[in-house]
Formats: sequence, structure tokens, C-alpha cells
Amino acid sequence: MNQTNTLLRIEKLVLYFNTLQGPVQAVDEVDFALGTNRAVVILGESGCGKSSLAKAILRLLPRNAGTYSGHIYLKGNDIMALEDEEFRLNIRWASISMVPQAAMNALNPVMRVGDQVAEPAIVHLGVDKVAALSLAKKMFQHVGVPEDFISRYPFELSGGMRQRVAIAMALVTSPDLIILDEPTSALDVLTQANIFNVLKRLKKELGISFILITHDIATSSELADDVAVMYAGQIVEVCDARRFFEEPLHPYSKKLLASVPRLHGDKQPEFITGRPPSLINLPKGCRFADRCPARFEKCVEDPPVVETDDRRVKCWLYS
Amino acid sequence: MMSVSQAKDVEIKEGSRKVLLSIDDMHVWFELRRFGFGHAGYVKAVDGVTFDVHYKETIAVVGESGCGKSSLMKTILGLYKPTKGTIVFEGKNLSELDEKGMHWYHSHVVGYIQQDPYGALPPFMNIQRILEEPLIVGGIKDKEERIQRIHKAMDEVKLTPVSDFLQKYPHMLSGGQQQRVVIARAMIMEPRFLVADEPVSMLDASVRVEILKLLRGLQETHNLSVIYITHDLSTVSYFSERIFVMYAGNLVEKASVRQVIDTPLHPYTVALLTGTSEPDAKNAETFKELPPGEPPSLVTPPPGCRFHPRCAKAIKGLCEVKSPPDFEPEPGHLVACWLYQ
Repeated sequence: MNQTNTLLRIEKLVLYFNTLQGPVQAVDEVDFALGTNRAVVILGESGCGKSSLAKAILRLLPRNAGTYSGHIYLKGNDIMALEDEEFRLNIRWASISMVPQAAMNALNPVMRVGDQVAEPAIVHLGVDKVAALSLAKKMFQHVGVPEDFISRYPFELSGGMRQRVAIAMALVTSPDLIILDEPTSALDVLTQANIFNVLKRLKKELGISFILITHDIATSSELADDVAVMYAGQIVEVCDARRFFEEPLHPYSKKLLASVPRLHGDKQPEFITGRPPSLINLPKGCRFADRCPARFEKCVEDPPVVETDDRRVKCWLYS
Repeated sequence: MMSVSQAKDVEIKEGSRKVLLSIDDMHVWFELRRFGFGHAGYVKAVDGVTFDVHYKETIAVVGESGCGKSSLMKTILGLYKPTKGTIVFEGKNLSELDEKGMHWYHSHVVGYIQQDPYGALPPFMNIQRILEEPLIVGGIKDKEERIQRIHKAMDEVKLTPVSDFLQKYPHMLSGGQQQRVVIARAMIMEPRFLVADEPVSMLDASVRVEILKLLRGLQETHNLSVIYITHDLSTVSYFSERIFVMYAGNLVEKASVRQVIDTPLHPYTVALLTGTSEPDAKNAETFKELPPGEPPSLVTPPPGCRFHPRCAKAIKGLCEVKSPPDFEPEPGHLVACWLYQ
């Protein structure tokens, strides 16, 4: 990827959690880069560490966080080196914001939605309440919420509208990057499609970049420029969306794509036998080897990351 | 009443298949009360639904949340009484069954697969106890037989080796395994038909297909009828023969899976299909054409066709006045839309 256009570059990011059974290796040496005005999809099953990756990028660490290391370069500056207070003021929400999982239930039930959207603007942009509210109104326009909803409470809004409010909240500080954690998993088909229309428009009109974290391969293709597949704490494949959806390289990606039920065509979906390893007792060598149809002797060793043709895959088959 | 129902059961045949369950003009309304007393209208969750379920048939009811599909399902399960209309199972009208009859219906006729497996399994019971419960309630007094049936049911849902799972508690199992326990529990009394309420929506993509295939297999080996309730059209085609599309308490389109997916007729069905994504990088380049607005309130649904305020093809002077009956523009393809009169 062109160095000058790189917005975010993550190198060897590690986040472990301490538990009584031992460290949970939720994010294990993750590398990827994201260009300006692009969207990368982090695909993976539940428990593969994809939500932890979002938390690691935003430094939203739970109390039992253990090892936390690596580099996150935002426009060339390593934000991992920043003090917590500086990170809170200048990075979190100011430059990188997030729409959390089940965001529509993450709103404060006793606060008007307009005030909730205005709050980050007051904290991070230093504007007064009147200006922040008019900014909130503008954000409501961007995400397609009627302006007069500003004085409503969350319970007066439908699920789709609440999700839009959560997106407006992430948008209000005009960040460079928004992390979306399963933004539509609890929504109906039409609402989901509507939200993706909104996200596409935001990307086109405001030039925002997105990290979309999801297990839903079909809808992820609505926004993806690049795809990163995560398995057991590691990124196993990074590729542009066009080539990924045509022909993924890693056996896990192949299986994942084959498991998607399709509306048209007679191809039966397949399922992946077995289940992902526990992040506490990870197998040696390739972590997917147990479930992999293409496994051979080499797989007992940790596979190298092979870079070909601007796509990366962590698999012995391609070395 | 009874004789009419019985006649229906035996006589009405579509193709060569007998009708198992017949639902006629069913309404399920919930009364709203203001401050605990005083009538304040009705939530018309199901408003005039008619269909038959045949032997060994899988029917998918597709609709968005709040369209009444859960109320429809719970009424079929016998948990709600229909406000108007009848549900007839093999000649027996459910509203006329006494307590003993309902007990028989619940424990020997229907099996219920819940949406959220973790929420549906009591956390303080181990798997053996969970699966034994319906057998005790169903009147199987012999402990040996109960254990035998538990083993058989767990074998069938591939929770093997059985002895590894019997003493486990729900939280020790993965989502897919929990859903298998729920399915085993629904199957253990050998019901005549299953009602599956979004059985895979809480599961990972890779496990989803596995569970759907398992259900399909069970349906075939036990000659079950299945009512599959979902909002996800993409899983329907692997599992069902007919699709009913539900919108705001009405069934707006009833047809075979291929008819609905290849030639959808109702504008709402078209919108649902447009909204369903398939993995394709081209999706990111285009915006989807979707109907504006949101589904109407079920307390004060719009007059006429309930979809007309969102419909681009609405016919002025007709759609907002008269509610459309079912038309049959092609054999076996019923659609409640004035465009096809």
C-alpha cells in the first residue's frame, strides 16, 4: 500500500487478558494497514479476538488486560507511545471513534439522544452546548434521522434509528476513522441494508475510513475495500475485497466463504467441522491445522506470512 | 364445528399430501389498557392469516421484527388463544380442546426450538435433567426408558459421545452444542411438527449451516412438518419448500421457495430480497433501492394495504382504501397485492 496514503498502520499488536487459567491470547501479533477513505473488514467467528482488536486499537482495556504491546501508527505517529490522558483527549473519539456492539442498547436511557450525540463534541472539540447541539443536528442529517428527534429519548426510537444515532455519535467529532463492531447484527434485513447505505454515503461524501468488525460475510461485502480474516487471535489473510470474494487463499477463508448460504444458485453451503481452539491453550504450529482439509506435515510449525501480489496469507501452502 | 374441521383435514389435499395443520382467518389481538384499566385499542399482531401445513412439509415464515411472526408462532404452539379464527390439527380444533387435550398437544404434537439457546436452557440443570424434564411431564414413568430416550435423542443431534455431555451444564457448551440440546429437547417426545423460531440467528456463520442441515435431516428421518420462522431469506432456500412473507400482521405472499426467490411479486418481498446481501465485492459500489420508512404500528395500521405508504408502485385510490385479497397470478403463487388483480 502506498505509504503516503496510509491512515492507520498496525504492527505486531498484542493484547492478552489475564485469567486464572492463564493468559487469553485474544490479539496475537496482528499486522495490517488501512488507507485513507478505505474500509477494511475484519472477518472472523465469535471468540476469534476481533472485538478485542477494536478495544486494543482504542486502548479500551478491561481491568484484567495483561500484555499490551506493539505499534499503532495513525498518520505516521505511534499512538501506542502516548500517555493515557493525551490518548483520551486527542485520539479516542477525536481521531478514532467507535460504534460499539449492540450500539442501539448502548445509549443512555435517561438522556435525550441529541445531548448524547452532542457530548463528544463538547468534550473533544471544546465547543459550547448550543454549537454542539447544532452539530448534532447536522450529524442527524448525515445518518438520516429526522432533526426533531434530537429531543427524544432512546426508547422513543426504533432499533434502526437508535443505531443511526450511535453512528451520529461516532461521527460528531469528524474523526478520520470509525470502528464499527457488528453494527447491524441485531437488525432486520431492510434496516441493515439502510444502515449500509448510510455508511457507504458517509464514506463517499465525508471521506471517512472504516474498520468493520463482523462475522457476517455477506453483508460485509457491502462496505469492504479490503478484507482481513482473523482466526484464533491472528490475521490469517489480508486481501482486497474483489479478489477475496472471487478466490480467497487461506483454507479457512475458503471454508468461511463456502459456508455462506446464497439466495441464487444451487451450491450447497458447507460447514467447518470442529471448533476454534481455546485462546488459552493454543495449539503449536498453525492454529487452523486441526480443522484444515489441506493440512500436511509442515503445519506443525508456525506458518510464515507470505506476501504475493499485494495480498498476504499466513499459510504453508503458499510458501 | 368439529365435522367441518374433520372434513377439512381429510378432504382438502394439495397434490397428494394431507393437511396436518390448518389455520383459518386467524386473528391474534392484544388489548391495550390505559393505566391498567380502560380500553385503549388493540395490538393487531396477527390479523387474518390463513394457511395449511401439509405432512412432511417445511414452511418458512419470513418477516421483520414486529410483523407478528412470533405471535403467530406462539398461537400455533397453543400458548395464546386466537382472538378470532381457528387452528385445526388433524381435525381437532385447538380452541375446543380441554386442559388435558392441550397437555397432549403440547407434549406430543408440537416441538419448539427457541431462538437463543443459552436463554432457553436453565443454567442450573445439567443436560440429562434438561432432557428428562419433558419426558417426566409427558408421562413416561420408567426411568430406564427415559434414559434410553435421552441417549437416542442426543445421538440424533450428534451430541456424542453422549456420556461426555450428560453431566455438563449449558454454560460448558458452545453455542452450536447448546442449540443441539434445544433441538434434542424439542425432539425427545417425538412430536408431529416442529416450530423453529430463528434457530440459527444467534450462531456463527460456520455453525449455522451445520444446524440447518441437522434440522433438515431430522425432518426427513422423522417425517416431520416444520414451521421455520426467520428474517433471513438466504437460509430459507436450503431448508424450506414454501415461503410465507409476513408484513404488519398479514401474510402478503405465499409461494414455493423458487417462486419467491426467482420471481417475487409483492413489492415488499422484492424489497426484502434487495436488502439481502450475497458476498460480492460489487456490492460496495452501489446503493440499494429500499422502501422508505419503517413498518407501521400494529395498533393503528394504515387502511387498505398496509404496505402502501412505503410502496413505490401503490395505485392511488385503491391501495390506501381497500385491503387486497389473495390473487393467484401463477399456479400456487398467492400474493395479496392489487397489482396482480
